[in-house]
Amino acid sequence: MKTFSELKKNLKKDFSKLKASKVAVLGDTSTQFLTQALRGMGFEQEIDLQIWESDFSQIQHQVFDRESELYDFKPEIVIIFQSSHKLLGKYNKSKLDQTTQFADNEIEIIENIYSELFKQLNAKVIFYNYTEIDDSIFGNYSNKISSSFLFQLRKLNYELMILASENSNLYLCDISSIQNKIGKINFFQPSVYINTEMVLSIDSLPEVAAKTVDIICALTGKFKKCIILDLDNTTWGGIIGDDGLENIQIGNLGIGKAYSEFQYWVKKLKNRGIIVAVCSKNTESVAKEPFEKHPDMVLRLEDIAVFIANWENKADNIRHIQSVLNIGFDSMVFLDDNPFERNIVRQNIPEICVPELPEDAADYLEYLYSLNLFETVSFSNEDIERTKLYQIESKRTSLQQKFTNEDDFLKTLDMVSLVESFNKFNIPRVAQLSQRSNQFNLRTVRYTEADLEKLCSLNDHFTFSFTLEDKFGDNGLICVIILKKENDQTAFIDTWFMSCRVLKRGMENFALNTISNFAIKHGFKKLKGEYISTLKNEMVKDHYINLGFNSNGNYWELPLTDRKEKKSFISMKEKTI
Amino acid sequence: MDRNTVLKQVNDIFIDVLENKTIILTDQTTASEIDEWDSLNHIHLVVSIEKHFKIRFTSKEIQSWKNVGEMINSIMEKISP
Repeated sequence: MKTFSELKKNLKKDFSKLKASKVAVLGDTSTQFLTQALRGMGFEQEIDLQIWESDFSQIQHQVFDRESELYDFKPEIVIIFQSSHKLLGKYNKSKLDQTTQFADNEIEIIENIYSELFKQLNAKVIFYNYTEIDDSIFGNYSNKISSSFLFQLRKLNYELMILASENSNLYLCDISSIQNKIGKINFFQPSVYINTEMVLSIDSLPEVAAKTVDIICALTGKFKKCIILDLDNTTWGGIIGDDGLENIQIGNLGIGKAYSEFQYWVKKLKNRGIIVAVCSKNTESVAKEPFEKHPDMVLRLEDIAVFIANWENKADNIRHIQSVLNIGFDSMVFLDDNPFERNIVRQNIPEICVPELPEDAADYLEYLYSLNLFETVSFSNEDIERTKLYQIESKRTSLQQKFTNEDDFLKTLDMVSLVESFNKFNIPRVAQLSQRSNQFNLRTVRYTEADLEKLCSLNDHFTFSFTLEDKFGDNGLICVIILKKENDQTAFIDTWFMSCRVLKRGMENFALNTISNFAIKHGFKKLKGEYISTLKNEMVKDHYINLGFNSNGNYWELPLTDRKEKKSFISMKEKTI
Repeated sequence: MDRNTVLKQVNDIFIDVLENKTIILTDQTTASEIDEWDSLNHIHLVVSIEKHFKIRFTSKEIQSWKNVGEMINSIMEKISP
């Protein structure tokens, strides 16, 4: 990780090409260095964090005074850093009979701060949790005494997690885990604290900044979706082709344990929606044998979305995996024990993340934990099913190869789509798709669950979610459109995004038919669309022209009088709009 | 390590932390003579010097120096055997 000095040097670099994000930092201790570290770390992750920092100890004033500079600045993200030292100071001053309610009182204050920010700004709030301070008044016994500071601090951290789980725009930055990792002696330097009111040591600043920027990246749609595994000496010990099924190392004995635990980690990632692919230099049947027959294997073939084992160049194989999954290289992680293969992949596909795995397999997991590769800001049932969906997709691809005429192929799929406006059941998935969709996304406006709930209550917005089901299976919710009434004549397409999993099924036509019919029914005369170019959405550059819209300045318009239905092989499952 | 070597190394740290290549420190240099040397950067300098010489200053020392010479004295006390 870069040092604070190195991050500080980033501040003089050119931020002009980076995506900007407005961030407010509110702290109860001095946060100038933290702010510099955040902006410097943002540069590393290609984000231009435009930070406004309040004077310290102004949290209450800035949040509850609607005329404050905070509301003037209108941040998209508010970072709140209340330190354990100030917390201890507060605890020290509280009345003896109040100490058992200390955490409850604090959480109420935090909840009020969050609700006010959400109400006034609709901002995402990143709250730092509390690093542990053991004041050693009771020794170990503090764990048995609910009035002790340590008891109350830990309770507060627990209550924060509950609060965050109930409020979708509240995110916790787990700086307590950073202190656990680097040790309090490195995290906190008393002489610096005494002289400056700064509680973060110079050495801990890059760690804290990285953990914070990880959340911001995920909020702006930058996160990892796929892990690609090498097999020999990465997924198991030994070389399957030379050593044979009985002799590869995996299971409870010796170094086998390291590989087993690694596989459990990958399995947990898969269960939370990370796509697992295999890329190995091997004969395919030999490479698959352990997955099918070895009793100690944790990963099985059904866990692997794409399995590539051949003797070709790994960079080419990874390009192939990318084309099947249809996700960006920058959302992939490639794990390989061999430095030579790692370099080839890195040189050919610079966007992909290739961690420098340690030489000793025993060190793999701790090293991977430390990288925090898989930050996310959402989790839904859809994630659990993802691998299955990609496996079904590859079946569909093989059927398609039998047809020369695309329409004939589409007809045989028996596609149906359920169209609904947003409701409490589909909002989590809509929010998630809003974070994840980069390619088929016309304006790339990101919505969180809380944003969407708010939107549902506005009567000039109309929301549409589409599922797609066919004879091979259910793709779930894969397309979202939000219409906004611009005036009596015009409905503006505020949002249109779609999962790339269902490209080339005529979903665009079906969706356009649906919203056109809706708009006509509500008396609109035309639809208006906009394409906002990003680094990733080149794919939909011609979206509106392909659908017959006319160009009008920066916008696209489709008159709804004398409209012809677009050709579509998808039928409506149930109409509830 | 002799005093001049320490001064030279401290000079290098100042140049790096304050990102100003023109800094030339003498025993008499004070914070008011160098623009970038404010109270916040002072802490960054102190921590960098501590790291470089593998020493720790007390919080009192950090506040006490009137010029670079006194800072060098503190370093000399801690690194001389």
